[in-house]
Amino acid sequence: MPRGLSKKMLPWLFLAPMLLMITLAWIAPLVLTVYLGFTDLKINNFLAFIQDFFTDKVKLTLDNFRKIFYAEDPYVSETFKVTVFYVVSVLSVNAVYALILSIAIAYFVKNEILSMILRVTWLLPRITPGIIYALMWIWFIDPRYGLLNDMLRLMGAPEDWLPDSWLLRKPYSQVLMVMINGYVGASFGMIVYTAAIKSIPPDLINAALVDGASEFQVARRIIIPLLKWPILFVTAWQTLSLLSSYEYILMVWGAGSGQGYGIARSAGVMVWSLYSYAKAFAEYLYGYASALSLILVVIGLVLIILYFRIFGFKRLMEPSKVEV
Amino acid sequence: MVVLRGEILVRVLLDNISKFFGKVKAVSDLNLEIKDGEFVAFLGPSGCGKTTTLLMIAGIYKPSKGRILFDDEDVTDLPPKDRNVGMVFQSYALYPHMTVYDNIAFPLKLKKVPKQEIDRKVKEVAKLLQIDELLDRKPAQLSGGQRQRVALGRALVKEPDVLLLDEPLSNLDAKLRILMRAEIKRLQRELRITTIYVTHDQVEAMSMADRIAVMNKGRLQQYADPQTLYNKPANLFVAGFIGSPPMNLIEGSITERNGSYYFETHSFKYALPRDIGSLVASKTSEVILGVRPEDIRVIIDGRGSSDSAIIGTVYVVEPLGRDLLINVKINGVLIKILAPTDIRLESGQKIMFTINRAKLHIFDKKTGEAII
Repeated sequence: MPRGLSKKMLPWLFLAPMLLMITLAWIAPLVLTVYLGFTDLKINNFLAFIQDFFTDKVKLTLDNFRKIFYAEDPYVSETFKVTVFYVVSVLSVNAVYALILSIAIAYFVKNEILSMILRVTWLLPRITPGIIYALMWIWFIDPRYGLLNDMLRLMGAPEDWLPDSWLLRKPYSQVLMVMINGYVGASFGMIVYTAAIKSIPPDLINAALVDGASEFQVARRIIIPLLKWPILFVTAWQTLSLLSSYEYILMVWGAGSGQGYGIARSAGVMVWSLYSYAKAFAEYLYGYASALSLILVVIGLVLIILYFRIFGFKRLMEPSKVEV
Repeated sequence: MVVLRGEILVRVLLDNISKFFGKVKAVSDLNLEIKDGEFVAFLGPSGCGKTTTLLMIAGIYKPSKGRILFDDEDVTDLPPKDRNVGMVFQSYALYPHMTVYDNIAFPLKLKKVPKQEIDRKVKEVAKLLQIDELLDRKPAQLSGGQRQRVALGRALVKEPDVLLLDEPLSNLDAKLRILMRAEIKRLQRELRITTIYVTHDQVEAMSMADRIAVMNKGRLQQYADPQTLYNKPANLFVAGFIGSPPMNLIEGSITERNGSYYFETHSFKYALPRDIGSLVASKTSEVILGVRPEDIRVIIDGRGSSDSAIIGTVYVVEPLGRDLLINVKINGVLIKILAPTDIRLESGQKIMFTINRAKLHIFDKKTGEAII
């Protein structure tokens, strides 16, 4: 093989598996989603549709979007509210609570071994298989056999505060949704934050101490400002991934009957992406589900552009860094 | 000049302090007094415990044993913020997210000094250090020398009782280092702040400090003024560490024959004055002879020859500009001699030289301590 050719080809050869994966798993579904979103594909007309796939015979329509935006589907607005609540509250756990926790573990806990143990503890949910994590929660919150109510009782919570069902009673169910997702998500922020905190030169912290800062002032005036980029990165990353994540909600609430919705809707934990999933795989309204997903994709894209503009996403995507 | 306080001078006393990190003894049983207003250098190779000691004085580390006193106040258990020390770090440790102004103002803000006073003091210090043009910049926009001044400003602005400097010049280029050396010394003289300066550079220590504490492996080797260190090194470590080119150290033994004393190696024999000889012989026979390159004189054409002259072969000649550094070999023992540049010498040439007996050092080989 001539050298010039191999030099040009080689990178593509190495990239090929990755590009193939991206095409099959990302670009193709996106194209399909856009396409299907403008059709009325459902289980009833599935076979006919497949024969006419991508031909003129398929009727393109805006009906799906009309249903969504003109409130013809009565659940859309509720789903929207739940989604906003879900993203905002889980995000604040992931970005803010994780930050406080990281500073506590990586700075205030001076014992390196203890700090390590604590960090690993917070990683446990992330390295546990998702389904097991979900099952453990289901057992944990069981009002009769689970530990949660007993623990709360021990801590002195009055009996009438404890719900007969964490899964069904609002707002307990929604608090539970935030806890389940927040606990997993917090570990992501913690990995980024603790690594960033540990990479702050000790001299900087010593200098602040000598300058007269208390430990708390060091955290507030030196550590947190230096974590600006990691904080923005975690926030941006987590917003985008939360928008499209529903797997833990599905695992905890979605199993069972109720037209395949499980009990997510009555528990008030039906987020947008789960709604789209349910429309597709419980009611078999593929066209409508695609339209719902497409809206999520558009919101994600808008957010990406927004982050790009506001924070300079290029800098965000660089490896976690602390300005020194 | 003035910001910078009146004559409240503080004496620092290190009372038998030690610091262990696990099994590693970073500092062992250190006793040291730094007088009020004094400029003391901690000198030693890396890992000798000098920075650890400094961080103990700053309050970052707590001594494993012993006490630290500022004047008569025991500060051993005080956190750094209650000690009123100023410190310049080797890395400068400027806060990257703050401007120069905010960096310098930071210690005052923490002290809750009124805004106007902060402003006045920051500007005064900036003027003193000639960085008043840079106040709006971030540290990343500064050169090494400018960062160094900012770090110094931040340490000085709080009018510290004790100023600690940890290798402040080691990141500067050679020219700037000499300039800042003089400047720091001038500042210290003017402000009369008790100052401790950590360095591994003997020239820095010798040229700036009133007294130098030479440290090695966590232990104090000698604590004296520069001239004494140079002329009367207490042990082999100090002798080898201070002076450039370093002192010649030659292993040998003391022998006596017919009432005369000799320093003898396998390659040559050197007659010692009787008083020195008998003194050394009364203590030990295995010794190390030390003589500085400038205390050896080359004899040309047999002029000024004496019976104590030693003959050797020129190994290599290194011109240093002002002097020649002659490496002479005597049967495998290499001796360095500083000589004026007007001597013409070739490698392989035989030469004679004499040692200035008044500048002779003899160390006990076993303990390394100086006998004379």
